[in-house]
Amino acid sequence: MERDDLINDHEYSLLANHDEEHGKAIRKKIWQVTLILTIITVVEVSTGAFIKQYYDGIANDYWWLIKWSFIILTIVKAGYIVLVFMHLGDERKNFKWVILGPYLLFIAYLIFICLSEAADYLSPMIDVISP
Amino acid sequence: MGQHSENISKSKLWGGGGSPFRISYGKQWMWMFLVSDALTFGSLLTAYGFARHSADSWPIGEETFNAMPFLGNGYPLLYVALMTFILIVSSVTMVLAVEAGHRKDKKGVAKWLLLTVVGGVFFVSSQAWEWYHFIHGTHYGSVLTAEGWAVVEYLNGGKDLILKFGKGVIVDGATAQSLFDGATATMQGANLIENEYAPEVPQYANFFFFITGFHGFHVFSGVVFNLIVYINVVRGVYDERGHFEMVEKVGLYWHFVDLVWVFVFTFFYLV
Repeated sequence: MERDDLINDHEYSLLANHDEEHGKAIRKKIWQVTLILTIITVVEVSTGAFIKQYYDGIANDYWWLIKWSFIILTIVKAGYIVLVFMHLGDERKNFKWVILGPYLLFIAYLIFICLSEAADYLSPMIDVISP
Repeated sequence: MGQHSENISKSKLWGGGGSPFRISYGKQWMWMFLVSDALTFGSLLTAYGFARHSADSWPIGEETFNAMPFLGNGYPLLYVALMTFILIVSSVTMVLAVEAGHRKDKKGVAKWLLLTVVGGVFFVSSQAWEWYHFIHGTHYGSVLTAEGWAVVEYLNGGKDLILKFGKGVIVDGATAQSLFDGATATMQGANLIENEYAPEVPQYANFFFFITGFHGFHVFSGVVFNLIVYINVVRGVYDERGHFEMVEKVGLYWHFVDLVWVFVFTFFYLV
């Protein structure tokens, strides 16, 4: 059977080929992003190693700041991976929206509903069950 | 990637006869698959957040994962940081393979793809080691004392007993010894019913096994895909076809695996 998908692929796939000069610029960008991702990971791990969540049973008052900086750094890392490594940044705008729009909408809602239900509803229940 | 910046009128773009996204069939549906897979991982991590937010206390990642192969305990998060770094590097070698493919540099693709496979194998093996360690537990496990559950540890070559009660509460000396002697129950290692790291939140180990296991299976599958494409590259299949898009497609999957790990690392180990 003839594979029509491969024939259709050729037009777009062949357009993606580039010359050596173009490749040099792309490789430079790849190494820059590698450096950024490595630095972020090192910062995250050393922050986690030196700043504790609890000191002798007393919660660290600034832990929320650490927690949020972890989350923001993670999203920065994810952005570099998706936009540069997975080339989503180079795709057409309509495709970017098709991929990211519905996903972010669903996940934002899921996180909101789960965490608010957990904190507001379930934890008082658990306190009642096992004081 | 020159073709993406081209200017096409809307009527031509949506007029049929070609992809309005100017992207090949295979790549588009790899993206669609990744969106659905990302929803699965997103749901798993959100369920984990739900359990964690509704629990009274939760084990701290750097206390649970503080072991290094061959070196023992006392290295908080170091090994998992190394694993994370290796996975990021294998993602980098993957983009370099894709870039070499766009230049039709068969040797370059083969070299970078093989390095990607090596990175993936290292990661999966490390995860196997971590699972073994997690299931097996620390040397002394946890004990149920009059003050509640505590993880047992010995400092200074096994001489000084300390009890770690969670939330950074550490008891040592004679108090620790008398609490230890009066212990009424012990727990060692982890399984789906109980775990020594958080005796009061048994679901902790369940989430660990499920999320890292599901991710680990993705890494394993990625290694298999990469290996198949590597063999095809060496056999010259893509030279014949005129483009190395298959490398790009497995590359998308591989970066996705790295992407998920970035989130698992943050929410399971760091926070």
